[in-house]
Amino acid sequence: MSTTTPAVIDPRRERLVALGRRAAIRLGGGVLVLWAVATLTFFALRLMPGDPVLAILGGPSANPTPEAIEAARVEFGLDKPLAVQYLFYLGRLLQGDLGVSYSQHLPVTRVLVEQGGATLELTIAALALAWLLVLLLTVVTAGRGRVVGGIASLAETLSAALPHFWLGVVLLAVFAFGLRWFPPAGSDSVASLVLPAFSLAIPLAGFIAQVTRESLELTLEQPFVLTARTRGLSDLAVRFRHALRHALLPGVSLSGWAIGALISGAVVCEVIFSRKGIGRQLYQAVQAQDMPLVIGISLVVAAGYVLANILVDLLYQWIDPRQQEAAA
Amino acid sequence: MTDLTLDRTLAPLRRQRQWKLPPVGASLAILFLSALLLAALAPGLFTRIDPLAIVPRDAFQPPSWAHWLGTDQSGRDIFARIIHGARQSLLIGVAATAIAMAIAITLGLLSGLGGARVDRALGWLLEVLFAFPSLVLALLFVAVFGSGVGPLIVATGLGGAPGYARMVRGQVLAVRNAGYIEAARALGHPTSRIVLRQLLPNAMRPLLVTLTMGVGQAIVWASALSFLGLGARPPAPEWGTMLSMGRDFIANAWWLTFFPGLFIVLTTLATTVTGRYLQQRLEGRLP
Amino acid sequence: MSDKTLIVEGLNVAFAGRSVVRDLSFTLLPGRCVALVGESGSGKSVSARSLVGLAGAKAQVSARQLSFAGHDLLDLSERQWREVRGKDIGFVLQDALVSLDPLRPVGKEVLEVLQTHQYGDRQSRAARVHELLERVGVPDVELRARQRPGQLSGGLRQRALIASALALDPALVIADEPTTALDATVQAQILEVFQQIKARGASLLIISHDLAVVAQLADDVVVLRHGEVVEQGPMQQVLSQPRHPYTRALLAAVPAEHPRGSRLSPERAGVHREARARVHSDVLLEGRGLGKRYLGPDGLARQVVQGVDFTLRAGRTLGIVGESGSGKTTLARIALGLLQPDQGEVLYRGQPWNRPANAVSEAVRRPLRREISVIYQDPLGSFDPRWSVAQILDDALQVAGIEAAARPARIAVLLGQVRLPADLAQRRPLQLSGGQRQRVAIARAIASEPKVIICDEPVSALDVSVQAQVLDLLADLQDELGLAYLFISHDLGVIRHVSDDVLVMRHGQVVEQAAVEQLFERPAHAYTQRLLGAVPRLPGSGAALVVPPLDLEHEAFHLFDETRLWKIAI
Repeated sequence: MSTTTPAVIDPRRERLVALGRRAAIRLGGGVLVLWAVATLTFFALRLMPGDPVLAILGGPSANPTPEAIEAARVEFGLDKPLAVQYLFYLGRLLQGDLGVSYSQHLPVTRVLVEQGGATLELTIAALALAWLLVLLLTVVTAGRGRVVGGIASLAETLSAALPHFWLGVVLLAVFAFGLRWFPPAGSDSVASLVLPAFSLAIPLAGFIAQVTRESLELTLEQPFVLTARTRGLSDLAVRFRHALRHALLPGVSLSGWAIGALISGAVVCEVIFSRKGIGRQLYQAVQAQDMPLVIGISLVVAAGYVLANILVDLLYQWIDPRQQEAAA
Repeated sequence: MTDLTLDRTLAPLRRQRQWKLPPVGASLAILFLSALLLAALAPGLFTRIDPLAIVPRDAFQPPSWAHWLGTDQSGRDIFARIIHGARQSLLIGVAATAIAMAIAITLGLLSGLGGARVDRALGWLLEVLFAFPSLVLALLFVAVFGSGVGPLIVATGLGGAPGYARMVRGQVLAVRNAGYIEAARALGHPTSRIVLRQLLPNAMRPLLVTLTMGVGQAIVWASALSFLGLGARPPAPEWGTMLSMGRDFIANAWWLTFFPGLFIVLTTLATTVTGRYLQQRLEGRLP
Repeated sequence: MSDKTLIVEGLNVAFAGRSVVRDLSFTLLPGRCVALVGESGSGKSVSARSLVGLAGAKAQVSARQLSFAGHDLLDLSERQWREVRGKDIGFVLQDALVSLDPLRPVGKEVLEVLQTHQYGDRQSRAARVHELLERVGVPDVELRARQRPGQLSGGLRQRALIASALALDPALVIADEPTTALDATVQAQILEVFQQIKARGASLLIISHDLAVVAQLADDVVVLRHGEVVEQGPMQQVLSQPRHPYTRALLAAVPAEHPRGSRLSPERAGVHREARARVHSDVLLEGRGLGKRYLGPDGLARQVVQGVDFTLRAGRTLGIVGESGSGKTTLARIALGLLQPDQGEVLYRGQPWNRPANAVSEAVRRPLRREISVIYQDPLGSFDPRWSVAQILDDALQVAGIEAAARPARIAVLLGQVRLPADLAQRRPLQLSGGQRQRVAIARAIASEPKVIICDEPVSALDVSVQAQVLDLLADLQDELGLAYLFISHDLGVIRHVSDDVLVMRHGQVVEQAAVEQLFERPAHAYTQRLLGAVPRLPGSGAALVVPPLDLEHEAFHLFDETRLWKIAI
């Protein structure tokens, strides 16, 4: 009989092994994705109308001499065939060299390092704040009847519908210019982080809360929650100890996407609040047609996003290892 | 994350647990959207004032009888600009969503029906698209193709496509494994008939809701890009552009930014509420 | 000293004014067992939950008296209820797969009760968990306690669920359908666990729809119907000499007790077709050496079906019985030609019907499909969600080659044949009851005038009385239309009632094959004997329950759900 019956393995070790395996696969996939991204951006760069050399030399208003143009062309390797340029490009990427910004005449990596911290700060703060709002709003109010649920739902829908750029402007007007509680610009203090973080967090919180609330209400009707109640657990204990873990799962899934949305939002917020950050750099780079900077920032953002998604995926796996099981 | 959970998260409210959408809310939403559509098609019905007319002496008028929502820094009537801007916004929203859906349905169908290898290859392609946060993708696009309404629409559409594609794929897979597809096969229906008559319609149904809400989302996106100056350029009456223009005057003339933003919010709300209402009506028939 | 007696007098439960339980009264003495019996909608579950205050926030519960061990259970505050739950009264729900937190190890679930009621200290709690799991018969306690419900077989996780209810030695244990989701052999083992609970002096309140299960444990039986007590008394009396017509109908509907050819439902009682003589009719569907192999998610290969032969003759019923993991559902799909075998072949009327590696193309099969139909366990899932009954039947008629003009008339005829009113055609399946839906599925199956119908657990999800009606319908149709049935079920009683010949499957293989009476009266294989011994019977039927020992190999096999790996080609 060629049937093999699976041996009973230690569940804890099994879980770690499964996680490790998944992490390895995802990382490998991530590298492939990044390669594709790099290739796409390279060719996007080449598709751009206009001569990059002119952009390097100061834009259409400057009037460079033919010698200067030729010199710049050779210096930036733009006279070689496309395939060679591509290989050079990949080679430099692997060494961490993202080229030199046309408009700032600084290495792109330097720009990223100087500006990246502020954006990271903003993104993480916004995500944390959003989750805080979500937990406060949903766990306490889910499944408590139509009126409470209705009001909370309304709040969530409304928040999710607020465009973050408009919210930013309004918050700026009310709290910075109006009440003068917070500075209208700057990236150094915690106070300057508050308004931008809120304008990003509120719409995101609304969105995640909707999903989490629905999930929580569904979970609270499950038989295992009833079992927990039959053991004498209080309602709050049931919510936190049992239902929450299940209800969070859709929200965790969404968080991967959410990080991308936050990065996009950071671009706008940094402009509105005049904050330091690679979002604003990207915006200015696009206006100046500074391709190395645009590409460099896009690549780094993509890499960060891919990494964040892998982390979220692993987190999900850790909370809910069930995908590997064949449920009888 | 499994596609099943992503599918679940991107299509909220499958049950009627949520606040029972009172017909009042849905009716208001539908009314608003209809009015908006009307404004887009025939702005003359709502206002006679030229949105581009510059009247310097009327600059910075607060809301009044003459100018319902006030005037901007060049004396242009804000209400008129919003009405005329509706056309732009709806156009962008609908067109971008259409593009996104077209891409998504193609990719999603191929993924769901094509077999494991095709699914994996397309999944990887989607991941690559996904790797760019939407705004970054849009900025890249604009950097390459320049600003303007055309690139704006395509950029927004491209940004939304991967998310929808995942949903379509999830739906197709779910329906493909459903009992009634197997039953149809057991009855003796040919494959083409099963796919066209049963699989596709059932898979696409829930997406109607997503489409509706997606239009609202697309409008917001387009406004964000315009806000950054990458879409419709001033003095075009596009809502995002208006918001951007009014930013400098927010301390003294709040109505320049408030009202365009309000309309964006109301449009998004309306599409969301309508979408939910549609969903609940659909769900009433689904098991 | 108040002894631990449960007194229920005049219990009424209503939801938003609509009465769900009316005037329920019974007394449960320590060490005894009372069973609440009824079909869906009888109010039995609601009553049980009211006894621990968990009928729901919208429930209006009232009674003349409701007390346990002298403590009044009426109008308790939530805080007072929390003292009672888990400590004085333990509750066991059905299907531990969903009744235990799927994300937590079962040991933690048991521990939770101890923590909530502040039992001892850390060490004594751990020891207690260990002791409890051993008491309910879980092997390898250290290992199993760290596993999640999804990693345990049905029987083991049900035991863990029971252990968590017993943690503080409650004097009263309420069990709501505790064995419904389990295989026959496992069910017998769990019933034994409950016997032990009773033997230790606790009182048991069992909720069940299964009269035979109730007969194993109950001292007194209360029969409920639409929220009202229809009959109650000592078990022997209620189940052997029932007084109320409803109880009699329930007992009459149990298939195991009724020979082949008789009818089960009250509408058809008295009809008795003579057992058909063993006519050697034509062989319609034949399987030879069938095998199917799957690669599980953990990379291990499993032979889900192995070396299976079967023969189905015209006008006769071949019953295929097996527990979960036996491969019977996969076999049904192979017989239907929806899944390809890896070894062996299926022949229909002597011609190749299904062979490995796509040797028989769908184009060859398609025209013959009208002769082989199928009925599923879940009819609702097999209907296109958008369609009405008329559209479902119209679709089936279309593929059977009936022209559009003739179809409406045929639909009416079909509905009549399955004894559904013609105006049902405009309704949608969601609006129909479980029994009606299955009839629509049967109507669809006979629309193409087939010769063979493959029935995959067609009555497993139905109430007993509805089950009786559907089985009668199938029997009538077989007589009227000369159909052959390939009938798959886990329920031995049903198989005995419907089959002419029976195949017993275990772990993908056929362990025994015989004519029905021979198999049930003189089973040859040890597994068959074990299986038959484990099925509970009503009093007066003779055999007492023989509890098979824990079969760990079976437990491991059990975890594998073959249906998840199917990909029916479309």
